[in-house]
Formats: sequence, C-alpha cells, structure tokens
Amino acid sequence: MKHLLTAAELDADTATAVLDTADRLKAALLGREVRKLPTLRGRTVVTMFYENSTRTRVSFEIAGKWMSADVVNVSASGSSVGKGESLRDTALTLAAAGADCVVVRHPASGAAHRLAGWLGADPYGTNTSVVNAGDGMHEHPTQALLDAATLRERLGSLRDRRIGIVGDVLHSRVARSNVALLSTLGAEVVLVAPPTLLPVGVTGWPVTVSHELDAELPALDAVMTLRVQAERMHGLFFPSVREYSIAYGLNQARLGLLPEHAVVLHPGPMLRGMEIAAAVADSPRAAISDQVANGVHVRMAVLYHLLAHREDA
Amino acid sequence: MNLLIRGVRPYGDGDPVDVSVVDGVIAGIGAGLDAGDGEVLDGDGAVLLPGFVDLHTHLREPGREDTETIATGSAAAALGGFTAVFAMANTAPVADNAVVVEHVTRRGREVGLVDVHPVGAVTVGLAGERLAELGTMAAAGVRMFSDDGHCVADPLLMRRALEYATALDVVIAQHAEEPRLTVGAQAHEGEAAARLGLGGWPSSAEEAIVARDCLLARQAGARLHICHVSTEGTAELLRWARARGTRVSSEVTPHHLLLDDSRLATFDPVNKVNPPLRAATDAAALRRALADGVIDCVATDHAPHAAQDKDCEWAAARPGMLGLQTALSVVVETMVRPGLLTWRDVARVMSERPAEIAGLPDQGRPLDVGEPANLVLVDTDAEWTVRGAELASIAANTPYEGMTLPGRVLATVLRGRCTARDGRVAEPTGVFG
Repeated sequence: MKHLLTAAELDADTATAVLDTADRLKAALLGREVRKLPTLRGRTVVTMFYENSTRTRVSFEIAGKWMSADVVNVSASGSSVGKGESLRDTALTLAAAGADCVVVRHPASGAAHRLAGWLGADPYGTNTSVVNAGDGMHEHPTQALLDAATLRERLGSLRDRRIGIVGDVLHSRVARSNVALLSTLGAEVVLVAPPTLLPVGVTGWPVTVSHELDAELPALDAVMTLRVQAERMHGLFFPSVREYSIAYGLNQARLGLLPEHAVVLHPGPMLRGMEIAAAVADSPRAAISDQVANGVHVRMAVLYHLLAHREDA
Repeated sequence: MNLLIRGVRPYGDGDPVDVSVVDGVIAGIGAGLDAGDGEVLDGDGAVLLPGFVDLHTHLREPGREDTETIATGSAAAALGGFTAVFAMANTAPVADNAVVVEHVTRRGREVGLVDVHPVGAVTVGLAGERLAELGTMAAAGVRMFSDDGHCVADPLLMRRALEYATALDVVIAQHAEEPRLTVGAQAHEGEAAARLGLGGWPSSAEEAIVARDCLLARQAGARLHICHVSTEGTAELLRWARARGTRVSSEVTPHHLLLDDSRLATFDPVNKVNPPLRAATDAAALRRALADGVIDCVATDHAPHAAQDKDCEWAAARPGMLGLQTALSVVVETMVRPGLLTWRDVARVMSERPAEIAGLPDQGRPLDVGEPANLVLVDTDAEWTVRGAELASIAANTPYEGMTLPGRVLATVLRGRCTARDGRVAEPTGVFG
C-alpha cells in the first residue's frame, strides 16, 4: 500500500489485513505500562488539517507516537497556508522537509488524490505516503476501517450482516467510505434518510435505500447514525430539527426495535437530541467510545502498512 | 495579392480542383488554373471548407493576459481553422461598454489573424441587475450579447433584454444555469458526482432556464441563442421550441460531444468546466441533436486558465478548457468518422450557421466565384497527438493532453491571406483601425 486515499480502493484482503494488524497492535498494547512500540522509529508523520478536528487528529497523533514515529502537526491557521500558499506548494514543502507520510484533512473532495499526484511527480515526494483523513464529501477511509474494526469486535464477521446508515448521507464522507468498505467486506448496507439528504446518483451504489427507519430497525445488526447539522435546515433539506428528529432520530423507543445483539455507532461529533438521544448514546448498546479507542489501533495499523516495510527502512 | 490553392476538394466532394483568389475574393475554381506571380498553396487533395466561425471564445484580454491575449488567442484560432471568433464579455474590465468592445475590435484588427468580434455584456458588470448599454455597443458593431459565465437569471431582466434587442437586430446568448439550483455545484449531478462527493449540477438547472427563455423569446419575437447546450433534455426543449416557431439557435462544445463525467475520477480539474461534463447518454444525445440540426453549430467555449488555477484541488479550480485548436479534430472524431456528419455538414455547423446566427455577411459563404476567400484546408487523413504546451495559447489546460485525434488544419485563409499554414501562423498585419 503506497497511499490510503479511499476505502473504495481497498480489496477485501487488504482491508482484512489492516484490521488484523489493528487487532494485533491492540493486543500487544493491552496492559502495557509504557504504550510504545519501536516500529516506526525514525519515521516522520505530518498531519495537515485544513478543517477543525478533535478525534481524528488526536487519534493519528497518538497512533504515530505509540509507534515511535516523529509526529508534526500543521494546522491551516498559523502556517503559510494562512498566507495563501497553495495546497500543492504546502505539500511539496512538507515532502522536501522530510515527511515520510502526510495525513491530510481538507474541505475539498479529491484533495488527497491531488496531493498524492503532486508528490508522486516531485523528486522529494516520491516516497511520501498520503493518508486521507477526510476530503470534503468524498471519503474518510480510516473512519470506515475503525467502524469495521468495532463491528468485527462486537459481531464477529461482517459477512451478510445488515448495517443501517442513517442521516445526512449526501454530505457525508463517512457514509461514502462505509458503504464502500462494508460492502467489500460482505455486509449489506441500508441507507435511511429523507430523499433530500441522499445524493441523486445513489442509484449506482451497492445499497438498499429506505425512508422508514422504524421499518428497517428490526432487521439490522448495527445502526450508524450520522451527524446532521442544524444549518442544513437553512439549505431546505428538511423542515425543522423537530421533524427530522421525529422521523430519523435514534431515540429510546427505536433502540427497543433493534435486535438484542445490534450495535449503535456514531462517528462523532454527536448532536445529542438531534440524530441521537442522550440515553441511546450512553447505553451499553452504543459502541461510540470503542470506535474512538479502535481508531487509534486502526491508524497505527495503517501507518504500519504504509511505512514499516519501505526498502529504505 | 493573389493566391492559388492547388488540388482541393470543396466540401470533400468530387475530384480535386484549383481555386484562385484575387484581392481576397474567389476568382476561379477549376482544373489547372495558372498561378501567375502569386503565392501557391498545395492542397494535396485536402478538403476545402469555408473558414470556421466560433461564437464562443474567451480571449482573456483585457485582464488576464497571463493566460491568453488577443494575439495568442488569434493565433490559436487561425491554427484551428477559424476566420472569425467571438470574444466573450467576461474580461476585466467587463465588455459592458463601447470603450472595451472597441478596444477588443481594434486589437483583433492589429493582430489580423482572425476577425475578432467582441460580445457585449447583457448587464452592467455581468451583475444581472440592470441592462448594459446595448444600443451604444450595437452602434460600435456588437452583434451578440451575453453574460456568459453567469446566467441572466432574473426573468424580468431577461424579458426586457430580449425585447430591447429586437429593435437592434442583435442576438442574446444565454448561459443557461439557474443559480439557485447550482449553489455549491462542482460536477454533473449523477452517479460519478455522488461517488466522488462533488456537489451536483443538475440538468434541470440548465433546462429550466432554456424552457423559460424560449417562452420569453417567443413572446418578445426576439432571437435567442443558447450557449453550450449540455443535456439531452435541453435538446428536447429546443426541438419543441423550434417546432412552435421560436427563433432560438444553439451551440454545443466539442468537449460535451466527446467527453463525459467518467473522466472525473482522477479529480484533475483539467476536466472541470461549466456546464460540467455530463453523462455519456447526454453526449450521445448531443451528437444526435447536432446531426439532426436541432443544435445549430459547434462553438468552442475556449477558456484558457493559468496553471495555478488548475493545478489545485477540484473545488478551488476555475472551470473551462482550451478548445480552438482541437475543435475540428474532436468534430471529426465524434461526428464525421461515425458518419453523423458529412464534410458538407461540417461547413454548416462550424461556419455557415454560426455566421448566420451572428449576422456576419462575409463569413460562412458558399465556395463560389465572387465570394470572399475565407477558407480552411483540412487534411482528413492526418492524425496528431495533442500537447498542451505546444498549443498557441499561453495557457495549456487542454483535456485532450496525450490523445491522438484525427483531422488536421493544413491552412487557413482570411480574405485571401494565409493566416496559418502547416502549423505556423502568419506575422501580425500591423494594420490599424
């Protein structure tokens, strides 16, 4: 694996190998007093975030540090990006400065693809790996990997499991990555959303589409609720927070419609009372904190697969 | 000044003949004409057509001379077989007044490689709020008005523009894009955009404006031209409007004939254009509509952009692509080779109809004795590989980079003078006024 740009490009074997590595790393760190593996000593990982983020950024930083990589964080404000430097120039600068891996989050779909292209054409950048930490509405592959890791933990295999993704699919990179990865791993995906929050071209996706959450819940092995920004109301995507919450919010009553074994996921940040009730988020059925914990192990695994076996190591 | 063109087939028909040109006018057509002391162009069996007319270019001068100038754009036009081009009004300053349009006209004449006709803005500053001085610009020679790049979205303003234009006998060319339906739009709203997470530009945003403007034009008795038709639905609407007698004409770009949104997967903004590359089914429908005459003509929407405005993330990139030097080859690839158009038809869609739409009396004329010698010689068998850096434009943003395309312009003749020959352009004329 040279880069990790999308979940769509992962075949089942590669994805499973990354998830297995994450499991092994998790086991290796379990109960250790000093959570530090020497694997990526001497490697430099730069995180470059053009959008605010808490969990993803922290997760990558911890993942790098637990693997003994040197981790440098660049934020869009307080760097030359704020002075109008282009994404290309910033990327080439980081490569020339010695980054082995650039972890990028950017509001533009395709930004990570562009970065990989520019680095590949630059003498300093040919060995620099790119990890997409979320590009616009396109993909967030490590989120899908950590969701898959969490579901494997709770459900065993994903094969023939039925996973519901509920909410703002249209604007969600988490949804796109999960649709790709979960179907690659053999799960059936059901998207539940009002028609306004589904992309027009969803017809080409390997999913079932529904507008009736209550009808879907009893057959689901897991339900993933997506954040729905209240601002979307002003884009005329739905009439009111109240109506959205009534139709698509995961509340206590709906939790009762799920099978006993079913898992509740949320990629965060949660808007309690909007797409998920506080009681659901805090229930034992919810695996939200597990998702965050697994996020570190999955990102360690991704860095390992990208950086550990370089010829120049 | 005399010119003898040897061995060409007018409209691709019959055996090769010679064409003699005297003082910018076709003086004779026949076998074995005498060269006299004039210049000789050896056609070697090339197809002879009337010089191409492009209703839609962006020559970027004034304002963005780092990407194209009237001189470099004229060179690209001559090399592409064009003898007349229309330069859109979205320059800086905007061509919304007589001073700017007269500047463009004068610079075009100074360069002298192609007739450069300025398009005037419909509204002041392209802002879509009040009418620009259409009458004053018409008096300065403007034949076509457009806010291209922006839609004249206000229905009342569009109605008034169409009505006002009838007194001036000019045409209003609409960039059909309902702005409320394209907020955040980055790509054709379809399966590719859904997968790639790019904001959707729905076909209905174009079609809603086309339908509305056909109704307004019919009511006003005005002439309406639809720029860069990109959807199957628009072609259907044009068919309907024509059938009920609306005076509406339209153009399609070479890139919408050849390319589709399957190219977007790389996120390379060289494929970003407005209106966007549509579905493959749209491209097929546009080819049929051009063959049927529902769409009148081909226009390039030649849009040079600086490297930094394309070598960036998709959302930050400016829309548009080069087109002048590749237009003919793309038409050959998509229309002539599949048998959808004959060479006679190519003369219609690339020269005669655009000249009629814009009201140019000396362009798109028959290949007859006594007609102005605005001509293009096409080597139909040649193939060439497109290299953006080798094109005459300052910018290099061609979506056809590395593609091998059929058909090549051997020479372009403007009023009896060779403006381009064997891939090289003539020196500027230095003629003023």
